[in-house]
Amino acid sequence: MSARDEILAAVRRSLRVTGDEAPRRAAAQARLAQSPAGIIPRRGQGDAGKRAATFGKEATRAQASLAGVAEAADVPAEVARFLRENNLAAAVRMGEDARLSAMPWGATALEISRGPSDGHDLNAVSAAFAAVAESGTLALVSGPDNPTTLAFLPDNHIVVMFADDLVGDYESVFVKLRAVYGAGAAPRTVNFITGPSRSADIEETLLLGAHGPRRLHIVVVGAAREASAAEAGAEK
Amino acid sequence: MADAAATPTRPSPRVGLFVTCLVDLMRPSVGFAAVKLLEEAGCKVVVPSQTCCGQPAFNSGDRATARAIARQTIEAFATCDYVVAPSGSCAGMLARHYPGLFVDEPDMAVKANAFAAKCWELASFLVDRLGVAKVSARYEGVVAYHDSCSNLREMGVAGQPRKLLASVDGLRLVELNEANVCCGFGGTFAVKYGELSDAIVAKKSAAVAASGADTLLAGDLGCLLNIAGKMQREGRAVKVRHVAEVLAGMTDDPPIGESAAGARP
Amino acid sequence: MSGATTPRFKDNVHEALRDERLQRALRHSDNFASGRAAAAERLPEFEALRDSARAIKDHTLAHLDLYLEAYERKVAESGGHLHYARDAAEANAIVLDLCKRRGARTVTKGKSMISEEIGLNAALEAAGIEAIETDLGEYIIQLRGEAPSHIIAPAIHLCKADVEADFRRAHRDLPAARDLSQPEQLLAEARAILRDKFLSADVGVTGANFLVAETGTSIIVTNEGNGDLTQILPKAHVVVASLEKIVPTLADAAQLLRVLARSATGQDMTVYTTLSTGPRRPGDQDGPEEYHVVLLDNGRSAMLGSEFEDMLRCIRCGACMNHCPVYHAIGGHAYGWVYPGPMGAVLTPSLIGVAEGGQLPNASTFCGRCEEVCPMRIPLPAMMRHWREREFERRLSPVAARSALGLWAFFAKRPALYRFATDLMTRALRLAGGARGRFSWLPFAGGWTRYRDLAAPQGATFQSRWRARSGAVR
Repeated sequence: MSARDEILAAVRRSLRVTGDEAPRRAAAQARLAQSPAGIIPRRGQGDAGKRAATFGKEATRAQASLAGVAEAADVPAEVARFLRENNLAAAVRMGEDARLSAMPWGATALEISRGPSDGHDLNAVSAAFAAVAESGTLALVSGPDNPTTLAFLPDNHIVVMFADDLVGDYESVFVKLRAVYGAGAAPRTVNFITGPSRSADIEETLLLGAHGPRRLHIVVVGAAREASAAEAGAEK
Repeated sequence: MADAAATPTRPSPRVGLFVTCLVDLMRPSVGFAAVKLLEEAGCKVVVPSQTCCGQPAFNSGDRATARAIARQTIEAFATCDYVVAPSGSCAGMLARHYPGLFVDEPDMAVKANAFAAKCWELASFLVDRLGVAKVSARYEGVVAYHDSCSNLREMGVAGQPRKLLASVDGLRLVELNEANVCCGFGGTFAVKYGELSDAIVAKKSAAVAASGADTLLAGDLGCLLNIAGKMQREGRAVKVRHVAEVLAGMTDDPPIGESAAGARP
Repeated sequence: MSGATTPRFKDNVHEALRDERLQRALRHSDNFASGRAAAAERLPEFEALRDSARAIKDHTLAHLDLYLEAYERKVAESGGHLHYARDAAEANAIVLDLCKRRGARTVTKGKSMISEEIGLNAALEAAGIEAIETDLGEYIIQLRGEAPSHIIAPAIHLCKADVEADFRRAHRDLPAARDLSQPEQLLAEARAILRDKFLSADVGVTGANFLVAETGTSIIVTNEGNGDLTQILPKAHVVVASLEKIVPTLADAAQLLRVLARSATGQDMTVYTTLSTGPRRPGDQDGPEEYHVVLLDNGRSAMLGSEFEDMLRCIRCGACMNHCPVYHAIGGHAYGWVYPGPMGAVLTPSLIGVAEGGQLPNASTFCGRCEEVCPMRIPLPAMMRHWREREFERRLSPVAARSALGLWAFFAKRPALYRFATDLMTRALRLAGGARGRFSWLPFAGGWTRYRDLAAPQGATFQSRWRARSGAVR
C-alpha cells in the first residue's frame, strides 16, 4: 500500500467513514465551489474615500510611506522625489507592467532597468494587482509584469497602486484573482505585503530591512478622492 | 449557572454551604464568615455532611473516584435550593465539571446538570443572585485582592468581590501587577512540581510587595495558603485572609500562617 | 526514540530556573501578550472570527480525506508534485531524494516547525548537504546548535550579547574589530551573509501555515521575507507540511489569517503573507522550476476521532505559550522536545507517546489562560487532563502519588469516617504548629515546604465545630 493510500485509509478509519458517503462529498464540493465568505471586518469597508483613508492609516501604521498623485503620469516624478529626498540612487528596476511602461519615465533623470532582480538593485518599482484597506496591505502577483524578486531583493521597494484597485478585504482580492485566473486557479505567487521587511528576533528590538526591503513606499494613483496618510491619521 | 433574572428566589432560600475541604480542614473561620454573610443576606444555611468536590482525583486523572465523590455530593445537597462555596475552584468543579463526568450516564447527567445550575461561588452569589450591594464591615488597611484563575476564567468572578470590598469602611483597594496571572498553586501541582510552583509564586509575592498592600485577600484558600506561605518564607509582613473574613467583619482570628501570639518572627 | 529530554523535565526545570541569562530574557518577553490584547481590542470582530476559524477547522477535519484529495488534484493541475509521508523518516527520505536528484549542495530553509519535528536538518547534513536557516532567529540558534525555544520567536531566550558572540565565532572572514554592539549591526551582518546563501541555494525548503484545497496553494507568513527568498530564488521549492494544515478555500484561509498574526505577535497581518501555487509559469522570469509538497502524517491521522482531535485545530500562533506561567518561568527548551508551552504539553504525548512525553501535561496548574487566548478555542487544559487520565489508567503515574491519592480517595468517599479522621488530624497539626502558626517543614509535603511555609490548621474542622454548634445531624 502506498503512503498515500495508507494515510487516506487511516484518516477515513479515524473518521469512521468510507469516503463514498454522498452527503459528505456534496458538502465538501459545495464549499469548494461556492467559497462562502466568513466574517468580514467593518474596518476595511465603506465608500472609496473611506477605504482610501483606512488604507493610508493602516499602511502608515505598518511603517510604509505613502504619497498620492492625481494621475498615472505623475508617478515618475513622485518616484524621483522619493529617491532624492531619501538620498537614494536615481535608478530603479521594474518589470513589463504596461501601466508602468506607459508612464513618462523619460521626463525624469531616473535610470530605468527592466526584468527580475539579481540582487544588485537598490530600488525597484512594482505595480500592485490590488490593495486591501483593512490592513494597509498590497497584493502583488508574479509574472513578467512585476517579477516577484523586485519585491524582495532590492533595498527599497516602491509600489504603484491604482485607487480603483483598492478593495476593503482579502476576500475581494480573491474574487479579483478568480476573475483573471479562473476558478480553482491562482498565479504562481500572490504576495500580500504590509509594510517593509522587519524582525524582532534580537532582544525584541524592532528592526526594518531583515531580508526584504528596508523601505516600502506606496504611490497611490487617483489620490484626488482620497485622504492622505495625515488626514487618515486624524480620522478616528 | 442559573440566570439571575430567570428564577426568583423564595423569601428565605435554603443554601447548602459547600465549605470546601481546605476551609473545612485548615481555616474554619472562613466557613463561619460565609455563613454570616449568607444569613445576613436572608438565607437559611445548612451544612450537609460533605468531604470534597473531587478535584484532586479529577485533575489526577482518576475519573472513577471523581464520579463517586460527585454522586455523593449531588445527593447530599439534593434538598438545597442553592449550593454556595467560598472558592472559585470548588464552585468551578461543581458548576462546570460535574456534568461532564456523566456524559455516558444520561440519568445521572440530568441530575448533574440540575445540580450544576444551582452551584455558586460566594461573592457572585451575594452580588449577582441576591443583589447584595454592600456590607457593613470595617477594615483598616491597604488591600490587594488576588483573582484566582478559576474565579476569573471559570466562574466570571472579579467585579463582585471588589464591589463589596469597596463598601468596607477604612479599606483602600489596590490592584496587583499582572493580576490575571496564576499564583502557581494548581492543587497537587504545588507539591509535585514544587520548584516550578515556587518560581511562579515568587512573582506573585513580588507583585504583592510592589503594590504597597499590607493585606492580601482572595476567594480561594489554595491560592492564599500558597502566596502566604511564600511571603512568610521570604519574611514579608503582609496579612493574608480570605475575602469572606473581611466582608463579614470577622478578623479576630490570626491571619493565615500567623499564630494567636501575633508576634512575627 | 525521539531524542526528547522530556522524561527529565524536572531536571530541565531546575537548570532553567538557575539560568540567569535565560531568566533575564524571559523577563523581557512579555510584549507578545500585550500585543495580542491590543490587537484583539482594536478589532470588534475578533471574537466572532475565533468562532469562525474554529468552525472552519472542525469542518475541514471532519472532511479531511475529501479535502486532501481535492488539494492533491489542484497541486497536480498547477504543475506541482505532492508526496505523502507516513512518518519523519519517510519525509526526510523524500526531501533528500529531491535534493540528490538536483545535485543540491546547499538548501535554504524558511522557518518550519515540521522540519524540526522530523529532524530534517540533521538528515540533510548527514547526507553532506548544507542546510541554512534563513529566519534570523532560526539562523542564530542554528549557529549555536540549539533547538528553537518558541514556535514563532525561536531565539527569544537569547540576549544580544549571545548573538554577538555567536556571529563573531561563526563569521570568521569578517574583520574582528567590527562593531556588533547594536541589534542593527547584527541584523545587517546577518542580512549580508544570508543574502549570498539565498542567491546560491539549490533548493529552498519552507513550511506552510495553510494548504488551500481550492487552488492547490501553500501559504506562509513571515515578517522578514526570508520565506519568500527561500522559495523564489532556488530552482526547486519544497514545502513540508502536516495533514491538518489543509483548509478548503482561500476565503477560509483569510478567516484564519485574521486571527493568526493578531494572536501571535499582535500585528494585524505579518509583513509578508505569500500564496504559492506550483512552479513558474510560461513567461515568468523568476520563481522555482519545480514545486513539491511533502505532506506528513506522523501521528495526525491517529489523533482524528480521538479525545485529542481538537488539537489538530492548532495554527501554531504561540499565543498559549505567550500567556503561560510555566513557559514564562522556564522557557521552551525545558519542555525537552520540539513543541513547548501548552500546545506542546498536549501535542508531544500524541507524537512521541505518553510514556516519554507525559511530564508535560502534568506540569500545569490548569490556570486556563492558554484556552482563553487560543484563537482556535482549543480546550488545552481539558486535553492535558485527558493525558493524565490515560496515564492513570495505564498506571504510569509515580507510585507515591497514586498511593497518596488512593488513601485520600478512600476517606473522601466515606463522609463520616472522613469527618472523624480529618478532625483528629487537624487538631494534632494545630498542636504541632500552633505556637508559630505555620510549619517550615512537614513530612510528605517536601515539594511545598522546601520553598514555602505552610499555615497550621486552626484546630477542629469546620464540620465538627458546626455540628457542635447546631447539634443536629444531617
